[in-house]
Amino acid sequence: MLSKRIIPCMDIQEGRIVKGINFGGIKEVGNPVEMGRYYAEQGADELVYLDITATKEKRKVFLSLVREIARNINIPFTVGGGITGIEDVNLLLEAGADKISINSAAVKNASLITEMAKRFGSQCIVVAMDVKMENPDGDWTVYVNGGRIKTAKNAHGWALQAQEAGAGEILLTSMNHDGTKNGFALHLTREISLSLNIPVIASGGAGKMQDFADVFTIGCANAALAASVFHYKEIEIPELKRYLLSQKIAVRQ
Amino acid sequence: MNVTVVKYNAGNIQSVLFALERLGITPLLSSKPEEIAKADKVIFPGVGEAGSTMHELERLGITAALQQLKQPFLGICLGLQLMCRHTEEGNADCLNIFGQEVKKFEQFPAATGAETQKLKVPHTGWNTITNLQGPLFKGIAENSYVYYVHSYYAETGANTCALTDYIHPFSAALMKDNYFAVQFHPEKSGSVGAAILKNFIEL
Repeated sequence: MLSKRIIPCMDIQEGRIVKGINFGGIKEVGNPVEMGRYYAEQGADELVYLDITATKEKRKVFLSLVREIARNINIPFTVGGGITGIEDVNLLLEAGADKISINSAAVKNASLITEMAKRFGSQCIVVAMDVKMENPDGDWTVYVNGGRIKTAKNAHGWALQAQEAGAGEILLTSMNHDGTKNGFALHLTREISLSLNIPVIASGGAGKMQDFADVFTIGCANAALAASVFHYKEIEIPELKRYLLSQKIAVRQ
Repeated sequence: MNVTVVKYNAGNIQSVLFALERLGITPLLSSKPEEIAKADKVIFPGVGEAGSTMHELERLGITAALQQLKQPFLGICLGLQLMCRHTEEGNADCLNIFGQEVKKFEQFPAATGAETQKLKVPHTGWNTITNLQGPLFKGIAENSYVYYVHSYYAETGANTCALTDYIHPFSAALMKDNYFAVQFHPEKSGSVGAAILKNFIEL
């Protein structure tokens, strides 16, 4: 049976892993290659690396890091952050990344997804979306530029549009839940996952093992992404997988 | 040992090269029939669109060479599909090493009763391999997990030497004489994938 995936996410700033809190303050937590290898050995199913200070000058540092990650790690990994065009994607895939994630650039121009999917295949194009619910009964609104700029798009409509445009996967982050450790956005994840034919990775809010079980069962997520609970060893992946198996959730051992 | 990776326009050859390096192999890259023919082992990776890739192989003039090799040959992912008879993707005739037809997974309707098991396409992630046969799977346990990303699959048949069940059973691996192929990505399948690649290298 196809397993549910556990994905540690690492934010990279100048070649080091850092952890932001609620899209705000930043703290350094480690070396990307060493931590990636550690997570792979622990049973992570995939890794995500986001270049959070993606500027032209820093891009070269990140590219050589992607090469080192690919050289050392034998599970799939996605890279993202500051990708604006075909050439960025080409360089990252050539360096050995398995997938790339695009966010703001895709919102500005959805045909970019189509172009990338045509050139490189849908399977390596992940569309990341940061969404926020403004009031308890409101719609989920899409934000760009690291959660700083509000757009006119709603989460559901944008997810469908991204799928139509050729996205291979959706990485769905709830800004309301991110950093809170109070669990994932279950209803949002469920609604989006069930209305799409492509896999959905849930992100934002993981605090305890049951949160993962809930997002896979209630939330119908195909994969769950988290950062600080793994970085600070509040949850260890082997223990998490044993727990999920005990809850009858298919995970790779 | 001369391990040659067939170089063409397909993406993500780098991951395969790094996986071979981790096994202590320094692979050669080539799209020249005479160089490929000299290899001890040939690896045929691939991520991309089947129809345009077959055109590219024809443009490079290597289709006949690939069909006539005598040394161990391993196709990966799209490589497996191109070794089959025909694919629905781009309605392309392929290398016809294996008699299989390559088809697209039917978009699965919302599953009844178990919505969390809604089966999506592409088939993305880790799935189990069973009914393992042949030297590629020496020492590999039934139900080991390997990593998949694909929307097209080869039907099961006489050459099938491993199965995966997604929507329905399909050929996870194929084998015929010196020709081997896997639909999953051994280069990305952790220690299980590394062991399968090592088995191939040691053939």
